[in-house]
Amino acid sequence: MDITFKNVDYIYQENSPFAHKAIENLSFHIPSGSFVAVIGHTGSGKSTLIQHLNGLIRPSNGEVHIGDFRLTNDDKPKNMKELRSRVGVVFQYPEHQLFEETVAKDIAFGPENFGVYKRDIEKRIKEIIPAVGLSEELLERSPFELSGGQMRRVAIAGVLAIKPEILVLDEPTAGLDPRGQKEIMEMFYDLHQKENLTTVLVTHSMEDAVKYADHVIILNKGTKYMEGKPEEVLTQQEALNKVQLDVPEMIEFLYAFEKRFGLPIPFKRQSVKQLADEIQHAMKEAGSHE
Amino acid sequence: MREKLIEFRNVSFRYGEEEPWVLKDVSFDIYKNEWVAIIGHNGSGKSTIAKLMNGLLFPQEGEIYINGQVVNQDTIWDIRKEVGMVFQNPDNQFVGTTVQDDVAFGMENRGIPRDEMIRRIDESLTAVGMQDYRLTEPHRLSGGQKQRVAIASVLAISPQVLILDEATAMLDPKGRLEIMSTVSNVQDRNELSLITITHDLREVVQAERVIVMNEGVIWDEAKPREIFAKKDRLREIGLDVPFIATLADELNKSGLRISNEPLNHEELLEDLWTLHSKM
Repeated sequence: MDITFKNVDYIYQENSPFAHKAIENLSFHIPSGSFVAVIGHTGSGKSTLIQHLNGLIRPSNGEVHIGDFRLTNDDKPKNMKELRSRVGVVFQYPEHQLFEETVAKDIAFGPENFGVYKRDIEKRIKEIIPAVGLSEELLERSPFELSGGQMRRVAIAGVLAIKPEILVLDEPTAGLDPRGQKEIMEMFYDLHQKENLTTVLVTHSMEDAVKYADHVIILNKGTKYMEGKPEEVLTQQEALNKVQLDVPEMIEFLYAFEKRFGLPIPFKRQSVKQLADEIQHAMKEAGSHE
Repeated sequence: MREKLIEFRNVSFRYGEEEPWVLKDVSFDIYKNEWVAIIGHNGSGKSTIAKLMNGLLFPQEGEIYINGQVVNQDTIWDIRKEVGMVFQNPDNQFVGTTVQDDVAFGMENRGIPRDEMIRRIDESLTAVGMQDYRLTEPHRLSGGQKQRVAIASVLAISPQVLILDEATAMLDPKGRLEIMSTVSNVQDRNELSLITITHDLREVVQAERVIVMNEGVIWDEAKPREIFAKKDRLREIGLDVPFIATLADELNKSGLRISNEPLNHEELLEDLWTLHSKM
């Protein structure tokens, strides 16, 4: 499903002395099947943006289109429930939302509410459990007896169980250790490709954005600050520094290297190994010319 | 010889009789004015160590000494004056209705006289750069600002050690920088040991010494440079290695001999420059 924002404003507590504009004149288009990273500081409007994606809030002004669903201030789709069954949102620290007696019941809660047959839910659970890196032995355990990392996976499984077409991830790796972070991101990337999902990742990590996203939106104070391919946007050091964001560390190094040696090495999302070879080449060639 | 501040002697801990051991025979020392980072995968026992240091938990085996005084039920109130702690979630540790009330809370509990309290509120808020926010309500602060107030509240008690238990994990990059520069500032100016429990490699690199926990035991204990030299083995236990250390490794494999285990950009560029001038 495509996602389109057209001149969207969102004002909290509108028409009150506490009115606060969280999003201002925001427009963008995300084609179906993209992996988009939304980056910005606390207060930049990221969370407000994602709450529009499954109709938790509607724009104060402007229009939001999610596939055929249209959200405006005075009009919401009649079939809101269907929208929510097609847009899965993994909120920050999703393990705080676990509540059922067993892992299996917790995962089944979402699809049950959307009227999926019991038999089908069981089938889905069987598919999802290995995909999120859990074992079936845990299904009858209480989710509260599990480790933090396992709880996070159960909560994610609950969202995947509704078989969404759009997957929205709000800092899904916060608080995990480095291995856990990598495993979870690889899992989402894998699912994104296999299930042909449209993925919206809200993150502070420039490294994840550059690694997984094919499109980047940078928000600042509720407005769109930059947008484009990661290798175009995330290389603009000066512009990013202006809003107190950093370029990914590899790009930072490439600029410092160029400054010191006068040898430009373009960033093309190469691996560290490739980069090492390029540095070696560049230095050798420079050496042989002298 | 530096003076010992915290001593762990053969400490073992588990949360219940049926539960597995979280810490197994752990011994280490932390010195006065030292900055130590504790790293390890989730569940490796890092946070348990922090909670044992100020008597939020007690070990089943072994002893813990703070300033030579053993930590037990009778000493925890003295110990907690010396051991300040800031936790992960900025919203779970704000008790006051304004910034200055929050800083005053800990001091009120310790019966510090009013004049002294006012002086210390001023001092500690200035130390974390929050002096202009005295009367601000907590919900108007960013996560980074809340954590700075939490640090100020701890500093107002003038402890000998400040423990940051993943205190930057929930902050954005800007908030993290705020906290780390605040903390190193404070440590420079005061007699204070610092223990940072973290997954953030930039924080680890700043420490003098690193304790690596793995499955309840100390896996290694050394300077950051020595720790990050063990790249593949660190990855095996689920930890990460700084980008620069990884790049230096790959450069070595590609035939450029990087000798000094660089930890930051400047160090690696310097090494490359030396090689370059010999080419």
